[in-house]
Amino acid sequence: MAEPDDRVLHLAGIRKSYGSGEVESEILHGIDLTLRRGEFAALIGPSGSGKSTLLNLIGLLDRPTAGQLHIDGEDSGRLDDTGLTRLRGQRIGFVFQHHHLIPAFTAEENVAMPLLVARGRPDAEMFARAGRLLDQVGLADRKRHLANRLSGGQQQRVAIARALVTDPSLVLADEPTGNLDTHSADDVFALLREFNRRQHTTFLIVTHDPRLAARCDRIVELVDGRIVADRPPGPA
Amino acid sequence: MKTWLPFEWIAAVRFLREGRMQSLLIIVGVGVGVAVIVFMSALLSGLQANLIKRTLSSQAHITLLPPEEIARPQQATDATALRLQKQAQRLRAIDQWQTLRDRLETWPEIAAVSPVASGPAFAVRGEANKAITVVGIEPERYNRVISLAERLTAGQLRVGAGEAVIGIELARDLGAEVGDKLRLSAADGRSDTLTVTGLFDLGNKGVNARNVYVGLRTAQSLLDLVGGVSSIDLALHDLDLAEQLARRIAGEIGLTADSWIKTNAQFVTALTSQRVSSNVIRFFIALSVAFGIASVLVVSVIQRGKEIGILRAMGATQAQMRRIFLLQGGIVGFFGSLLGSALAWSFLMLWQLLARNPDGTPMFVIGVEPGLVALAAGGASLVGILSALLPARRAAQLDPVVAIRG
Repeated sequence: MAEPDDRVLHLAGIRKSYGSGEVESEILHGIDLTLRRGEFAALIGPSGSGKSTLLNLIGLLDRPTAGQLHIDGEDSGRLDDTGLTRLRGQRIGFVFQHHHLIPAFTAEENVAMPLLVARGRPDAEMFARAGRLLDQVGLADRKRHLANRLSGGQQQRVAIARALVTDPSLVLADEPTGNLDTHSADDVFALLREFNRRQHTTFLIVTHDPRLAARCDRIVELVDGRIVADRPPGPA
Repeated sequence: MKTWLPFEWIAAVRFLREGRMQSLLIIVGVGVGVAVIVFMSALLSGLQANLIKRTLSSQAHITLLPPEEIARPQQATDATALRLQKQAQRLRAIDQWQTLRDRLETWPEIAAVSPVASGPAFAVRGEANKAITVVGIEPERYNRVISLAERLTAGQLRVGAGEAVIGIELARDLGAEVGDKLRLSAADGRSDTLTVTGLFDLGNKGVNARNVYVGLRTAQSLLDLVGGVSSIDLALHDLDLAEQLARRIAGEIGLTADSWIKTNAQFVTALTSQRVSSNVIRFFIALSVAFGIASVLVVSVIQRGKEIGILRAMGATQAQMRRIFLLQGGIVGFFGSLLGSALAWSFLMLWQLLARNPDGTPMFVIGVEPGLVALAAGGASLVGILSALLPARRAAQLDPVVAIRG
């Protein structure tokens, strides 16, 4: 095993069940997974395999029923709601399938939002950073547009800039290209890959698209709440 | 984006601005409620102030009288069967009234002190003969208690030797005008002939028919109260303190002190119940405004579920979400109250234009005081925040996983 402190994400024996008593149903049956700094991994699996549940747990939006979850070495089980919220805000970036920008704000404001939420007050530095990221995703001329005035591909690029604005250790992307045509999908994917190479940000990408999964460094396959394969791309 | 505003304010304002129609409707709703409350308050306080002013136009705030005379039996043992007959009250003078007057004038609560010598008499002119009350006054002082000079309809307030100011009713009864003579005769045969120097209208028919104002000395000699006064009239700075002050004076000085509140007990009760019922109405209007704000915000929380989820995923805390919605309630309340105050002001202007006395003068003057507007703004903002409590809690407790998926 390499240096333990380059483990961005470490899951050990993660279980998650819903309901209680006789109607309790377990979705995840003991997941062990480690992602290191700079990894670019795909999470694949059929619908209902528990991908979204796992992603919510890793994103600290939900708590596991059992098992340990460390982000950047910090044990999430020891944190209360406010602590989880803080850790999530600082270390994790989200890219959702349906981009999920806040329509009442401009592109630039949406990108700066995680910093605004954390700092409590707007400042010039956060907008400078948001501006640079929008330049990098190729939307320099759309900064002042309201989010809902942008095309789907543009919105998803804004969402990527937003996920990266806090300089997170881990970016979770839930089918980031699911709603885009193949051309836009390729662009968006290339963008993620570029940030990964340039800044060594760790990515975990949930996807149905085998073409995209094949372009990742590592493919984790989930079936019925268990990891059945964890391999580099290429012929299985 | 305004750099001095905290995140919660920015989000609250943006959310309200984005849901333009909803925000506008609820602000108008709050405005109408506030307008009714402000209008009612201004109208009621104007009306009551006017009623009190009219009532007190011919009455002192406090009248001091000599203590009642009580029959004191010389023997009062259990053995004696005693039946006390209450004695009739004579017209008596207040002891040491000059000293008392000067002392009362130093009290900070008292605005004016006016000694009065009054008693019954008849006014005779030709065939006409009317029972009246002779009121001997020092005009300067008396005018500060009851603004007689302003109420003159003819002549002037001059009550030197041989001069009298009478009410318009009495003038009509006697057929007298300014410059005419009339004879006053008291019960024991004393009499004096006086020239009418002025006519007054104190807005009270009884007073206009009964009171004859003369100089203090004239009254003293007519009523056989040489050098004495029968009562002392007081005007206060604060009307509402009349009863308390009357009790204090009675205790400290040993005179009977009647406040206007006591002499007009029924009237004061009527005013109080009017105020109570209007408070009840205002409370229910405020309540329905609160429910209006709450229901709009509850809907807004549901509509914005996804955005709330995203903000939470980006690190917004439950407390921040709660504040965003509390602020929306407060902002709606505040702007609603401004709109409402403006509406109330226009209603009042319109009302004053329509509600006129028969002679065309405004029935009474009322205005929207800045204090009332500030109170309405503060109150409505508070009501807004309170009614946002429940929606804000829902927003804070929204599960981000469910919110984002939905």
